[in-house]
Amino acid sequence: MDLDVRWGEVHALLGENGAGKSTLMNVVYGLVHQDSGTIEFDGKPAQVHSPQDAIRLGIGMVHQHFMLIPVLTVAENIVLGREVQNAGVMDLGRAYRTVRELSERYGLQVDPKARVEDLSVGVQQRVEILKALYRGARLLILDEPTAVLTPQEVSGLFQIVRNLTAEGNAVIFITHKLAEVMEIADQITVMRRGKVVATTNPKESKPPDLARMMVGRSVLLRVEKQRAKPGDVLLRVEDLVVMDRRQVAVDHISLEVRAGEILGVAGVEGNGQNELVESIVGLRATRSGHIRLGARDVSRRSTRFRLHSGLGLIPADRHREGIILELPISDNLILNRYDLPPYEWWMVRQFRAIRATAERLIKTFDIRAQSPDQPASSLSGGNQQKLVVARELGTGPKVLVASQPTRGVDVGSIEFIHRQIISQRDAGLGVLLVSSELDEVLALADRVAVMYRGRIVAVLDGEDADRDRIGLLMAGAA
Amino acid sequence: MSSFLSQLDPVSLLSITLITATPLTLAALGGMMCERSGVVNIALEGIMLTGAFVGYAAAFATHNLWLGVLAAIVAGMLIAGLHAVLSINFLVDQIVSGTVINILAVGITGVFYRTFIESQNRAGPGTLPQWNIPFFSDIPVLGPIFFQNQFVTYAMLALIVIVHFTLFHTVWGLRTRACGEHPRAAETAGINVYFVRYVNVIASGALAGLGGAYFSLQQIGNFLPGMTGGRGFIGLAAMIFGQWTPVGAFLASLLFSASDQVGSRLQSVFHVPIPLQFLGMLPYILTIVVVAGAMGRAVAPAAVGRLYKKS
Amino acid sequence: MRERLHVDWLINSIFVPVASVAAGFVVAGLVVAATGADPLLAFTSLFQGAVTNRNAFPETLVSTVPYVFLGLGVALGFRAGLFNIGAEGQFYIGALSGVFIAYSIHGLPAVIEIPLAMVAGMAGGFAWASIAGFLKARFGAHEVITTIMLNYVAFLVANYLVDTPGLMLARDVSTPRTPDVDVNAVLPIIVAGSRLHFGLILALVAVPLVWFLIERTTIGFQLRAVGFNQGAARAAGMSVGRTMVLAMGLSGALAGAAGIVQVLGVSRHMTDTVAAGYGFDAIAIALLARSNPWGVLPAALLFGALHNGASFMQLQTDVSADLISIVQASVIIFIAAPAIVRWIFHLRPEAAGSVQITSREAKTPV
Repeated sequence: MDLDVRWGEVHALLGENGAGKSTLMNVVYGLVHQDSGTIEFDGKPAQVHSPQDAIRLGIGMVHQHFMLIPVLTVAENIVLGREVQNAGVMDLGRAYRTVRELSERYGLQVDPKARVEDLSVGVQQRVEILKALYRGARLLILDEPTAVLTPQEVSGLFQIVRNLTAEGNAVIFITHKLAEVMEIADQITVMRRGKVVATTNPKESKPPDLARMMVGRSVLLRVEKQRAKPGDVLLRVEDLVVMDRRQVAVDHISLEVRAGEILGVAGVEGNGQNELVESIVGLRATRSGHIRLGARDVSRRSTRFRLHSGLGLIPADRHREGIILELPISDNLILNRYDLPPYEWWMVRQFRAIRATAERLIKTFDIRAQSPDQPASSLSGGNQQKLVVARELGTGPKVLVASQPTRGVDVGSIEFIHRQIISQRDAGLGVLLVSSELDEVLALADRVAVMYRGRIVAVLDGEDADRDRIGLLMAGAA
Repeated sequence: MSSFLSQLDPVSLLSITLITATPLTLAALGGMMCERSGVVNIALEGIMLTGAFVGYAAAFATHNLWLGVLAAIVAGMLIAGLHAVLSINFLVDQIVSGTVINILAVGITGVFYRTFIESQNRAGPGTLPQWNIPFFSDIPVLGPIFFQNQFVTYAMLALIVIVHFTLFHTVWGLRTRACGEHPRAAETAGINVYFVRYVNVIASGALAGLGGAYFSLQQIGNFLPGMTGGRGFIGLAAMIFGQWTPVGAFLASLLFSASDQVGSRLQSVFHVPIPLQFLGMLPYILTIVVVAGAMGRAVAPAAVGRLYKKS
Repeated sequence: MRERLHVDWLINSIFVPVASVAAGFVVAGLVVAATGADPLLAFTSLFQGAVTNRNAFPETLVSTVPYVFLGLGVALGFRAGLFNIGAEGQFYIGALSGVFIAYSIHGLPAVIEIPLAMVAGMAGGFAWASIAGFLKARFGAHEVITTIMLNYVAFLVANYLVDTPGLMLARDVSTPRTPDVDVNAVLPIIVAGSRLHFGLILALVAVPLVWFLIERTTIGFQLRAVGFNQGAARAAGMSVGRTMVLAMGLSGALAGAAGIVQVLGVSRHMTDTVAAGYGFDAIAIALLARSNPWGVLPAALLFGALHNGASFMQLQTDVSADLISIVQASVIIFIAAPAIVRWIFHLRPEAAGSVQITSREAKTPV
């Protein structure tokens, strides 16, 4: 595959999850080695065997998951690997000055003495960019940089990108969001399954064309659904307070989810959504307040009890909480019911029943597997996520708590999962959908609650929820 | 009251506490270098035992205690190097690798002790001399505690300062902490994570090896199989209780060795009718309590114990 | 696909362990040579002492019996992601609590006395080990440190109880020890003229039972789930803390069984001195068996033979019996780092994630 980037331009690398965008950029940055092919930089062939080589050439990368060390200060993070020193002893005073000068020059305000873990995500991203600039980067690779930002922070980032290219630098912008590409890119390279399928620009190609190139077929950009017909309240959260490391993470939240409706929770990650979800399912203790499933107060009950009372959970991080990679698909499909009949008889596991259920769910939920006995690790990301969805919806729960249900999943699986959630809603399921993808919330939710710093700052009707208004609410500016 | 004090003899009590805290502190400092760079080191016990044996054997063979100390340090570095190879290159679970070294140390010291030392009928090399620092050793109370010691104890006191300075004020320290917190981030910043970890693991071997020399060359002037008696593990606990900082680890080591001393004082001086065995349990139980209590405040290097593979 | 799996299984479960043991002997041989002794002579006498001498093989089996229980215990812990390095302490506490019952009861038939003593021994081991499990579950204290510290405490407890008149010290004995167990609590000899006792049968029964527990019951599933991925187990409604305490307890119960079987079958009382090394032996056995109960059997036999042959070797060649620690350590290295064995023998790299000894996440710092 080929990719040409020119100085002074923003080159968007567009493709869905797993298309190979990040791998390609890791090759350019020396983190992964190519099997064949060459890299040329500034017209000359370049050997990039390690990040050191890339840095020497003037290539900088801002990774999707920030490469910052939380317990160190901004300045320490920036100078790491290229320290200002005096015979091996750190010269922190000079490091602070250098960072301050650099941040003023590019208009990236940040306090060099602050600890990174105390900074918001948007500021952390600025630190990452400064880190690259400090190393003399002239080509900056931004890997999915907007995933964790509010719409307002995104426009701030775009301004920074424009400043950089105006000075003659080049930026490679990796994303799967079409709107961003249209706004910022000068050139667009579309990737699918490890191959470049098109090189174009925003003038020549419009979003539906780009979507088709990206996925290989035409896609619905909007989920079709009927208006919700809400029934009884199934999940009620009252005045909930939850702590995270001695700080209030969920601050007096009340909400209710009715049968047959989807309540979407929008917000920038880290505003208490995870803690809210964890406390609803009983994975985190509540400080005060109540959680009711139907009429029953489950605030003090175990996770097990809540799951058996009709609660389903799609956790945000499937590898950490959703599936056990080493176990077979079949075991993963009954992970929350392994100790109930018919899957056990006097504590002895009943493999025939387990297998029957597994085969049924694999079929219904279109999990692409050869056999229920193969380990879950052998499935693709999308199929692993479908496995989680199958397990949680397969029992016919009354309430589903879905946290980032389509993160890191291909478009086909996203469509499938969205359709499943909608059809179960139509059958009377109450859904609490937490997602940092505003598009996903807007597409699915019947009502939208916006979370900011542990509070719900507004609840809007899903039909006429306004993107910009939500963006401002997510940033705490309303 | 005064008779109580004279019977308890606080100066000698404090002095002995400092001396017996020496190997604990050295083990803790060694563990700290290692863990700050992201490698768990439960091999400290075995490294100390190896250091104790090799140091003694070298001193015995050359009639030179200082060569013995040097040999103990080198032996510690070598066997820690094995830990580095296994856990860094071969991606062996760091706990398993540490266990291997602990077992290996028992085997190697046992086999060579039987062949080369046990059967010899000649006098041992003695113990390291006590150095009284001129002027300072005459200061009342502080003098006898801090300035009338043997080499390993002085070295320990100096190393607390050195390790602290290295970890928190040098480029190497910053890189070490970066590797222990987020190795991938360190690598993308252009740092060679493997190299940093190698050096730190081997440095931890040097520190623990010196701690081993305490037993055979400073304390008794002889080697006995298994003479480290779990001190490597207690040192590790001191490191945890000290929140992975040199001064904290030193204070924790003092606490552990004081618990040992106070118990035996109570019995020998005041004839408190506590069975000997219960007094013996004190440091071990204290270690358990402290490790359980200290874990609530998690400040451990974030990546410690996780295998890191260069992509 | 199937064939590839079959070949991988052969390599992982048979070839790598066998090659590891061979490599372990090579390393030990080099050490022996370094001491100036003849490695061949040493290994010959090791073999004689373990197998061919008069009564050597039954004695090897006698040594194998506690190793089977100990190895099963540590392997069970591994499956739950726990590194139980304190099997030795659990062994002594198990032996102590069992021997107390076994010398206190009189006049009941053997079919009642033996199970009673066994249950007491296993309960002792369970209780002692679950302390470490509880400390990990509640406070996050790493079991490697706590179980080792508990070992030292266990030795001192044993020493205190056995040494103190009015507690477990027998009357009119020259060296401190407990009274002998009741005649009906003694495990019968199964090979006349040897010391080989009924404990061997118990060990052979324990292997399939533990396998069944781990692979076929809901408890075993829970242990494995927690061992692989605590987050997912918790999110699926399992109590990770309770599972840890239980796993640690069961692991300790098996170590306690080793202790009481040794008392009822061989020594018939307890002394105040303790022979160190069972804890590390148990870890080596479990690793060699790749945490598989069936694999524990040959691994325990090997270690029983080493243990038994080593003293004869020391007598004959003056090479220290500690040599077997070197064999053990080398074996673990090669088992835990199959990359080394594969590198030596030019085998293709292993499929990712196919072996797992301990938990994927090492969350609690040591």
